[in-house]
Amino acid sequence: MAIDNIWVFAQVSNGGPTTASLELVTKARSLGGSVAVWVAGDGSTVAGALGAYGATKVYGVDYGSNLAGSAVASAMKSVIDAGDSPDLVMFPQSYEGRDVMSRLSVKLDRTVITNNTDIAVTGDSVTVTTPIFGGNTLVSTTFTGGAPYLAAFRPKSFAPESAGSAAATVQAVGVPDLGATGTAKVIAVHVEETTGPKLDEADIVVSGGRGLGESAKYELVEQLAKVLKGAPGASRAIVDAGWVPYSYQVGQTGKVVKPSVYIAAGISGATQHMVGMKGSKNIIAINKDKEAPIFGIADLGIVGDVHKVLPKLIEALQGR
Amino acid sequence: MNIIVCVKQIPDPANPGALDGNNALKRDGKLILDESDSYGVEMALQLVDAAGGGEVSLVSMAPNSETAGLRTALAMGAAKAVLVSDPALQGSDALTTAKILAAAAQRLGGADLIIAATESSDGYTGTVPEQMAEILGLPSVTFAKKVSIDGGVLRADRQTEDGYDEVTCPLPALISVTAGVVEPRYPSFKGIMAAKSKPVDEVKASDLGVTPVGWDGAGQKITSVTQAEARAAGEVIEDDGEAFGKIVAFLEGLKVI
Repeated sequence: MAIDNIWVFAQVSNGGPTTASLELVTKARSLGGSVAVWVAGDGSTVAGALGAYGATKVYGVDYGSNLAGSAVASAMKSVIDAGDSPDLVMFPQSYEGRDVMSRLSVKLDRTVITNNTDIAVTGDSVTVTTPIFGGNTLVSTTFTGGAPYLAAFRPKSFAPESAGSAAATVQAVGVPDLGATGTAKVIAVHVEETTGPKLDEADIVVSGGRGLGESAKYELVEQLAKVLKGAPGASRAIVDAGWVPYSYQVGQTGKVVKPSVYIAAGISGATQHMVGMKGSKNIIAINKDKEAPIFGIADLGIVGDVHKVLPKLIEALQGR
Repeated sequence: MNIIVCVKQIPDPANPGALDGNNALKRDGKLILDESDSYGVEMALQLVDAAGGGEVSLVSMAPNSETAGLRTALAMGAAKAVLVSDPALQGSDALTTAKILAAAAQRLGGADLIIAATESSDGYTGTVPEQMAEILGLPSVTFAKKVSIDGGVLRADRQTEDGYDEVTCPLPALISVTAGVVEPRYPSFKGIMAAKSKPVDEVKASDLGVTPVGWDGAGQKITSVTQAEARAAGEVIEDDGEAFGKIVAFLEGLKVI
């Protein structure tokens, strides 16, 4: 056998597949074989977009008020049991993606390798690449045992490219009886409104960290982001401290960003943060500690007080 | 209300990590409680308090009979722990880890609620909690950032791509909690002294009936380890009051302003 039948789980957000999902569909079609995409929800609304990127089939799982993890994994298992078994299943490292892959991993008794940034297929063998230690070291891991191989990828690992192909065919898959695992129910959905560009898509990102000193000073970061038409971000430290919502977090546990310009204000550069931003084209760092690790990867480093540098910078940019 | 918290004992993240001869993360030095897990321990203690009774137990898998991190969680107020320590477990993948921790939870007789962090701070595979839920046949709420229990039903706000979902879930259940969900307490002196005599039940993988484990049980094999291309540092200057001008000039050079 070769890797002929590839499944991709696509995360749907705001009515369309996320960019991270389209990256995976693009990569999947380059590996040869057919690409079928799974979505939690109605497949017909995304069949055009996913088809354009190379999916020939979309499985839609109408999961109602269930959480996607158990519902989609059970639906996948039912299709596998009926004889359509994939050689490889690719997941984006999204909230739903993680739940689905974990549940499926147990149902199939197959390992799932997460946090990958690349994949290579040689004959029957699948090898994934995982950066560790803040991205300084790359580990290549080959799946052993039998297919299906389950792998999850960080956002921005591949470039999304439309193949211009036709809409995918749609197959609705029912949710089998989930027993106790289906008793968690969503009772209300809250969408947090954001203005300006999305953090993981912005061309300029300005992030703040503990060096800002206090919650109120995060306003400086927002002002600078606004004047640069960029998005504000944050280190884990100030998200944990409750200064800004979790959705602002850049890093291992948050968003991966690769903007043209990344400005780190009062961020020392913990490994967990660097993983999420070191792919930026240009990095500017402002920090009062000249030994801060962030200066090791910055194109321009300012050793100074963010409370002095940022207001002057904002004023200078506003005056242009 | 009895709650089990999964805690990981990890190398101090302040020190640079290293791989051993088998390309496993070196865990031979002193290990500490993963800070991510301190939130789960705190939440468990608060939920048990709110329920008016019950206890918090811990499950952990670590080499060399390590208990330093467990003692920290016991000092915070957990009652007892099951530690799975077995050289045979080295090289285990996340699925095997989930099987071991699920079996350890069953050894404790199960619980009304199992709490884990969303991912560890050293391996960060991020799949173990949901895998445990599937193994144990439990409903789960991952990435919970606000949690309460009322009348045997758990309510949680769960992080999503676009905001958050309000979720209800009957007990028993498993949740993973984000950092910052509660403020972890510092162990008191009394707590630290009491922790020294709290029971830690140390077992092997075979005691739990989980096989195969370690490198043999992992459905993966590390084939190479290489150094990534390093990103070179650029210019670093001390702010003399005019450094903002350097940033403006840099941005102009990039034609983004």
